[in-house]
Amino acid sequence: MGYPYKPHASETLVLSTHFGDPEARTLKGWKDRGGYRALETALGMDPAAIIGVIKESGLRGRGGAGFPTGLKWSFMKPDDGKPHYLCCNADESEPGTFKDREIMRWTPHALIEGCAIGAYAIGAETCYIYIRGEFTEPLQRMEDALAEARAAGIVGRNAMGTGKTINVWVHKGAGAYICGEETALMNSIEGKRGNPRIKPPFPAVAGVFGMPTTINNVETLTAVPHILNQGGAWYKNFARSDNPKSTGTKLWSVCGNIARPGNYEMVMGFPFGEFLRDICGGALPGRELRAIIPGGSSVPIINMEEADRALMDYEGMAAVGTMLGSAGCIVIDNAQSIPRQVARLARFYAHESCAQCTQCREGTAWTTKILERIVAGNGTAEDLDTLLDVADDMTGKTICVLSDSCAVPVVSALQRFRGDFEALITKKTVHTVPVVVS
Amino acid sequence: MSHGPSASAGAIIRSGHHDDAPYEPVFVGEAKVRLDELVKRYPRKVGALLPALWMVQEARGWVSEAGMAEVAAQLDVTPAYVKGVVTFYTMYNQHPVGKYLIQVCTTTPCHVCGAEDVVRAFLDQTGCGELGVTSEDGRYTVIEVECLGACGFATPVMVNSDFLESVSADRVADVLGRYR
Ligand SMILES: Cc1cc2nc3c(=O)[nH]c(=O)nc-3n(C[C@H](O)[C@H](O)[C@H](O)COP(=O)(O)O)c2cc1C
Ligand code: SF4
Ligand code: FES
Repeated sequence: MGYPYKPHASETLVLSTHFGDPEARTLKGWKDRGGYRALETALGMDPAAIIGVIKESGLRGRGGAGFPTGLKWSFMKPDDGKPHYLCCNADESEPGTFKDREIMRWTPHALIEGCAIGAYAIGAETCYIYIRGEFTEPLQRMEDALAEARAAGIVGRNAMGTGKTINVWVHKGAGAYICGEETALMNSIEGKRGNPRIKPPFPAVAGVFGMPTTINNVETLTAVPHILNQGGAWYKNFARSDNPKSTGTKLWSVCGNIARPGNYEMVMGFPFGEFLRDICGGALPGRELRAIIPGGSSVPIINMEEADRALMDYEGMAAVGTMLGSAGCIVIDNAQSIPRQVARLARFYAHESCAQCTQCREGTAWTTKILERIVAGNGTAEDLDTLLDVADDMTGKTICVLSDSCAVPVVSALQRFRGDFEALITKKTVHTVPVVVS
Repeated sequence: MSHGPSASAGAIIRSGHHDDAPYEPVFVGEAKVRLDELVKRYPRKVGALLPALWMVQEARGWVSEAGMAEVAAQLDVTPAYVKGVVTFYTMYNQHPVGKYLIQVCTTTPCHVCGAEDVVRAFLDQTGCGELGVTSEDGRYTVIEVECLGACGFATPVMVNSDFLESVSADRVADVLGRYR
């Protein structure tokens, strides 16, 4: 549903069916809505068979990278004699993204069920749900639901009476975007500074507490019970016939200068232009849509001609030179200064860099400084080339991709909206309409 | 984060906020029982470091050096180690803050919706004047915060642990009326 709005007829509700319904939050309410049936089925299955169903469904990670979930789970070696861990990534701090928050606020038991199935499938007795510290309400909802699930014997020492141990704990973050990066998140659970680790070793070999670990996003795990209930083939059907690589439904968080911001659940491959204009209501009165960052702030910014051609799946977004990412869609209209907004994004990355890598620490800071200088009307003719040089130095050379993520909006904005930057440097006005945001 | 304009590290302390009083341990009685329970969730004791620091902040409003030392002793690590962790995360207040810590999101999605006007309204109407400065009456500290994960409800504002959605500049007076 386009929560907080009524679901649109073109939405396909799977994960968001019960958004806005407070009764779905309780254990009883959840069970009345078919909850925990999938966990019961799963616990009676062989873990390899569960992984098989997830592979068949084509489910890909919803946290940003889109890695096939079943394949990721299959990297966990059964019977290696080591404790395994599942980490659920509920850090949700990618600007533009606010879907995991709604999942946890409205359907906490759905996530617990997904976590429990995932843990069992990868041979883990412990799952940590890492929730960002600012999410006070979602955190409370999860704690309340977990208390109910533990009391009912659904998770814990003897999960659903099967004799299996599945402990699910919430771990509260403390303010750091970088802790959404999987290895930083693991360090943070270990009681360390949230610095990303050099890979390899990959988490499936040495993850949290040095043990084999799988990390999945909230939305990814929440899709799992639905897939087990209805089958991999059912999930796979939500795809374009010419593109079987992106399957299922996806929650799109839409924000910025749009008539109806909110979360929308769409089938993979839906036309993006129709989505933005008809389902999300298009531009605000008297304004025009100008630029879109479709997948959270770390993906390339596109113009409206590209957006109107795009299809809403991993390949469809790549075809117009951007990425689906976390599907946190930031809409920018013609009343904004694009250089100003890109400068603000650079400041975000400079603030959030963990500062381990020189290219990232210095690059994010200098990118911000140069962009802010341009926006203040003090840019020079060489600045744009310098920005591209710095961006090049920041790409593909660091421990994690935060550095690349800062370069992406800069490079893509210079490709599509270079005139806006040049106009600022030569002190011409940027837009015909006044910039309304001071 | 570590080198950026960290929220609490940047807080400027005015009158009435000195740390002269003798330190009262947090982990006694029920709190100690809770900590022991938390420790059991992790294969290593230090896994409970973030939760322990949260307990200190909830009890005292901020995490002092003495608080870090107490946590260190509880979890068998050095105070320097704990400080290293505390300084990494922006949500641990390393200084006392006003009775109400007001955090306004100004990252791009909120920025395009006018978040800067919301910040201005808070600074003017709390008497703080500047970011990170606690008002003379000790009541308010206003800081900017990066994306709060609620971008569709621009502008989200946190007042202590309350999470408010869709705060516009003209709602600021109303919000402050609820936190006196
Ligand atoms: C800087 C950075 C921040 C990230 N933040 C998040 C986040 O907030 N939530 C999330 O699920 N994944 C985030 N990721 C992606 C995770 O590292 C990881 O790929 C993901 O959680 C895996 O889950 P999935 O396969 O289910 O998508 C981030 C990655 C990077 C590099
Ligand atoms: S790229 Fe940036 S955020 Fe990532 S590890 Fe290096 S310094 Fe830290
Ligand atoms: S940008 Fe303000 S909540 Fe995300």
